[in-house]
This record gives sequence, C-alpha cells and structure tokens, in this order.
Amino acid sequence: MAYSDKVIDHYSNPRNVGTLDKAKANVGTGLVGAPECGDVMRLQIEVDENQIITDAKFKTFGCGSAIASSSLATEWLKGKSVDEAMTIDNMAIVEELALPPVKIHCSVLAEDAIKSAINDYRVKNGLPALELAGSHH
Amino acid sequence: MLTLPIYLDNNATTPLDPRVLDAMLPYMTKMFGNAASRNHAFGWQAEEAVDYARDQIAALINCSPKEIIFTSGATESDNLAIKGVFEMYASKGNHIITATTEHKAVLDTCKHIEKQGGKVTYLQVDSEGLIDLQQLEDAITDKTILISLMYANNEVGVIQPVREISRIAKKHGILFFTDATQAVGKIPVDVESDGIDLMAFSAHKMYGPKGVGALYVRRKNPRVKVTAQMDGGGHERGMRSGTLNVPGIVGLGKACELARQDMASDTARISAMRDRLEKELLTIEESYVNGSREHRLPHVSNISFKYVEGEGLMMGVKDLAVSSGSACTSASLEPSYVLKALGLSDDLAHSSLRFGLSRFTTDEEIDFAINHVKEAVAKLRDMSPLWEMFKEGIDLNSIEWAEH
Repeated sequence: MAYSDKVIDHYSNPRNVGTLDKAKANVGTGLVGAPECGDVMRLQIEVDENQIITDAKFKTFGCGSAIASSSLATEWLKGKSVDEAMTIDNMAIVEELALPPVKIHCSVLAEDAIKSAINDYRVKNGLPALELAGSHH
Repeated sequence: MLTLPIYLDNNATTPLDPRVLDAMLPYMTKMFGNAASRNHAFGWQAEEAVDYARDQIAALINCSPKEIIFTSGATESDNLAIKGVFEMYASKGNHIITATTEHKAVLDTCKHIEKQGGKVTYLQVDSEGLIDLQQLEDAITDKTILISLMYANNEVGVIQPVREISRIAKKHGILFFTDATQAVGKIPVDVESDGIDLMAFSAHKMYGPKGVGALYVRRKNPRVKVTAQMDGGGHERGMRSGTLNVPGIVGLGKACELARQDMASDTARISAMRDRLEKELLTIEESYVNGSREHRLPHVSNISFKYVEGEGLMMGVKDLAVSSGSACTSASLEPSYVLKALGLSDDLAHSSLRFGLSRFTTDEEIDFAINHVKEAVAKLRDMSPLWEMFKEGIDLNSIEWAEH
C-alpha cells in the first residue's frame, strides 16, 4: 500500500524515540496493544510542577503507520498541559498523517497510549484515574 | 552499478531470460501460425516449433514428449490434474490426500472437490515443513484415488520426500500428482525415477514467459487420463482444448533447455550466494530460518526476525523486493498459513522475509541486501518496546496485553 509522505517521514526520522525513567513520580507510562495483534506502543510523558509535559518518548512495535502515529503524538504532547493532552483525538492524527481507513486503529492506539500515560502519571501522584470514555473499541 | 530496488522475489516470478525472448520473438510476428492448421506452411511451422518445445521439456524431466499437456500455467495444471483425476476416476473412489502447506491453487481446488462430494485429507507437516510418511500411508483408504503433494514449497522452499511418497502411492495403486512449480528447472526432477504420475509446472518460475505452463500426464505404467475441464477443439490429446500459445510454448521449451544446460553451474553459484546471505542474516540476534535447511531448494531462504513487526520491516527494506510472511488482507494482517503450519507463532510468522535468488542475482546485490536488512532490523528494534523488554529479561508472556 502507498504511505503518505508524512508517514514515511515519521517512519524514516522518528521523533522522540526512547525511554524515560518510569520509576520517577513525574513520569507517566502507557503501554497499549498486543504483540499478536501486530502493534505495541509504549508512550511516556514527563510532567513539571506546572502540569506541563516537558518531555515525551515512545517505542513502538508495529507498522509504519503505528510508528508515525506515536512519533507524531510525542511531538504534539511536548509543551502541552496534561489537561490539554487529554483532548488529543485520534481523528486529528488520522488527518495529519492522511491515514487510510485500514490504519485508523493505529491512531486509536496512539490516543489510548496518551491517555494511559496520563492516567499512570495521575495515579502515581494521588489523583484518580480518568474514565477513558469514548473508547473506540 | 546497483539498480534499486533489488529483486529477490524469484519464487513469485523470474525475469525472462533474454535467450528465451530471442527464441520466442519470431513466433509472434513472422511465424504466427496456428499449430492446429494442418493445410499450410504457417501451421506446419507452428506445429514444428511446439513439437521441438515438447522435446526440450521432455528432456528436462525425463518423459516422452507425448506426455506434455500445455496449459496457461501451474494454476490451470493443478486444477486440471485434481479435478480431471477426480472426474475420470470417479468409479474407483472419491478420496484425495494433500497437505496443509500446499499452494492455494491445490488447496482451493481440493475445497471445490469437497463441495462436489469428494473427501480430502489434509496432512499436517512437522516444524521442518515435511510430511510424515507414516501419516500419509495411514490416511489411505480403499476410496483413495489421488495423492497430491507439492515437490517443493513456494514459501520456505522445503522439498518433500517425493520418491518415498510415490513408492507408497504405487504400493496402494493410487495416482501421485505433484505441483512442481518451484522445483522444475531449479533442481533435478525426473518423473521416472521420482515415480510421478502427474506433474504441474510453469514457465515464468524458470526464466520463461508468464501465461504458459504444462501438465505432465503419464502414458505408461500406468496410463493416466484426466477429464478435460474446458470444452472445445480437443487439442492436447483431448485433455486441454484451446489454440496453443505457440510463442509461450517455445519460451517454455527454451527455458527448459537452458535449465538443463545451466542447472549445475547456476545452482553452485546461487546456493553459495544464498548461503552467504543466510549466514550473515543469522548473525542478527533472535533470527531464525523457517523450514528444513537440509531438504530445501538452493535459491530460497525464509528468515524470521523476532521483535520486529512484518509490515514495518517491509517498509524498512524498501530497496529490496521480497515477500513477507504477512498477507495484508484488508484491515487485518494474516500471518502466512504455511509458516503457521510449521508451528510458528503469529508474531514470528509476521516478522519473516522470503529471499528468492535467481541466475541474475549478483554478489553485489547480496552484499547490499545483507546490510539493508541488518540496518532495518536494528533500527526497528531500537524503536521496539518488545525488544527492550526482551533485553531486560522480561518474559513477554507474563504481561497482560490489552487485546484490541
């Protein structure tokens, strides 16, 4: 299948690949997907005292669209507040990367990874986990 | 000078050998006659060319020229053999034995037979991709009319024990058909010493043109007949009607002649390159060869790279034309049924690449392929959370994955 230029760009030059120290209280980690489904995403955020995401890293096992979706997500997360980050919608990723219908699940997974990382951060800091309403599956 | 992408998908199809093209060209323009035209020189010329091709083919597989039925390719030959035997020998029985790793042209034809009231046994293979001869013999009933087992597999290159299979078939008075599409022209195939009754093969897998193939149908000990699957002019001894594809047949003949002449030297060169490619790729951690390495075609290597995802890997090796163990069907990635039959887990099946070399593959291309794959795997593993977990000694089976 033909990939969009943006997917190819993120796949060829992925932004923010790496690992943050998950033991730190201000680091939230989201691990979503399953190996037998062909995609696993791990997305991490580091949050400062003003609830601003100062760093974001990812590692993804998956197709080019999954790698691009998580790479793009880390770009968008940096500099956002945690509350703003919660509003990132998978369809924005679909639009930005021009994902075809069969690859929409990659963007859903990226959104799940963001929310899962935020919740991990919240729980670590004594806040209740947010209900992940509107889950797409 | 390397031209990218590099073609290493020669189990899918091979380029036409220029020597084959040269042989074919006159039969497309000046000598365009219909081989069935009996009353003028155009027809005689065409018939002569077809007869010459029959001789070239017969010499390669050690049969009589009269035992060659020309078809449009291996898929048609598979259909003609299985459906043709099922119909011709209906009074003897209705049971066919095949295996789960056969090509779709055989498996889907067998499914068709089942819809027609036939019974089909699908033999399992072991982790090497080989059938069990005892299981084969145990599957035989008094209704069994045909054993259909491929000579060599298209995905992993594994060669079945054809002589032992034919001995069992003979012992029980059952016909033995083999889809030898991947084998003919690549390794010595001899219908006499192999004990084959029917055999399908195709030109475009051995540097010939697409759209032409043949079915070998034994005429002596025993005399085999198949019911035609197309009605028409009664060409090819009544087994396959339709005006003969003269240029294609000339190409198939020439391809067989070249295969016979060059097989030993081609194989020595190609297998040395394949072995070097494989040895280098196996230096990558957690990489595995799929299927038997001992009983295997000389030009194929199928390797899984654990902890990288198949589609991502294909994207990473964009300068190579290879096949992967994933068939990207609509929304979901389906792992190869052949690799699954060998017992591979979905993730290993997904992360496999099939390398198929040809007589036109060069050492320089192999060098490039080695580096390209190594780089792609390393890059994807750097990005893979599974690889990181594996490196930290975490058992991936201990994690509760959120299925999606």
